[in-house]
Amino acid sequence: MAMLEVEIWRGEGGDGAWRRYAVPHEANQTVLDVVTHVQRYLDPSLAYRFACRVGMCGSCAMSVNGRPRWTCRTHVSRAARKGRLRIGPLRNLPVIRDLAVDMAPFFEKWRDAEARFIPSKEPPEEPVRPDEPERMAADAGIECINCAVCYAACDSVAWNPDYPGPAVLNRLWTLANDRRDGDRDGHLDAAGAGCHLCRSHQECADACPTGLNPTAAIAGLKREVFRRALGGRARGPRQ
Amino acid sequence: MRRGPWWAFLLHRLSGVALAVFLPFHFLVLGLAVERARLDGVLDWTDNVWVKLAEAGLVVLLALHLTGGLRVLLLEFGRWSDRQQSRIAVAGGLALLAGFGFLAAAFA
Repeated sequence: MAMLEVEIWRGEGGDGAWRRYAVPHEANQTVLDVVTHVQRYLDPSLAYRFACRVGMCGSCAMSVNGRPRWTCRTHVSRAARKGRLRIGPLRNLPVIRDLAVDMAPFFEKWRDAEARFIPSKEPPEEPVRPDEPERMAADAGIECINCAVCYAACDSVAWNPDYPGPAVLNRLWTLANDRRDGDRDGHLDAAGAGCHLCRSHQECADACPTGLNPTAAIAGLKREVFRRALGGRARGPRQ
Repeated sequence: MRRGPWWAFLLHRLSGVALAVFLPFHFLVLGLAVERARLDGVLDWTDNVWVKLAEAGLVVLLALHLTGGLRVLLLEFGRWSDRQQSRIAVAGGLALLAGFGFLAAAFA
């Protein structure tokens, strides 16, 4: 049977080293299957995180050959280079142990930006149509599974720890476009100067496992925040 | 593997830094204009082939910074387009064209 050469980051906190394992290569094998094989048959002390295994929960994200990926939906055949896999913890987040990172900074930024739906006191005057521009702009970004793959891919996060990150800003843009939300100004305020720290590398859009484009959302936020800074009349945002 | 937008960002930044470094030399030469003989000496020196090539590099840097800046303005203030790679290609292509145009004029 063909074997995969797998290197996995082992260690606590900032200290650690790559350790090698030989894992049987099977048809339709995912990277998460490889990690699970190591933990079940080769080294039970390996720490990693997963839950649903079907790309819904966003908990199994890891760095695979230098690129952040959702490991449960990443086939080895797509990610391996010459039968080699190097699997590490996500970038830009503190490592707890081995492949498990502390997601707290990611969610704290989400919480601090109040990036959540705040129902308006009154329903919208006009019914929300699925094909209206605001709704389409919101719909384009709502399938986020909070996996932090974009956060790990983002250079602006690496350079500036205060940068909220693509996921939070993408969420703020969907809320700002949601006419049922009662605090559009608050969401744009929360995006504030933070959105202008985005350098538009589009690494987030390239890496997003669900195919979202946070760079486009952030570009929308930049336009709206700038228009408001100039004292412009608030108008329905457009994608 | 880094992709187009990252390289576009890097080149835009580096061209800006390189131009900022060059600017004092540019002002120094402009300052010589008050003494005609010294300015003529510098202008004679710029007839050198290597200086012409370096000037073509400067033109590319200037054009790259201009087109790269316009690309960013378009990205941040225009409607979003999924054709960012094409825009980057156009920005880079125009900058190179400017450099070749300069060389063609310099050696014509």
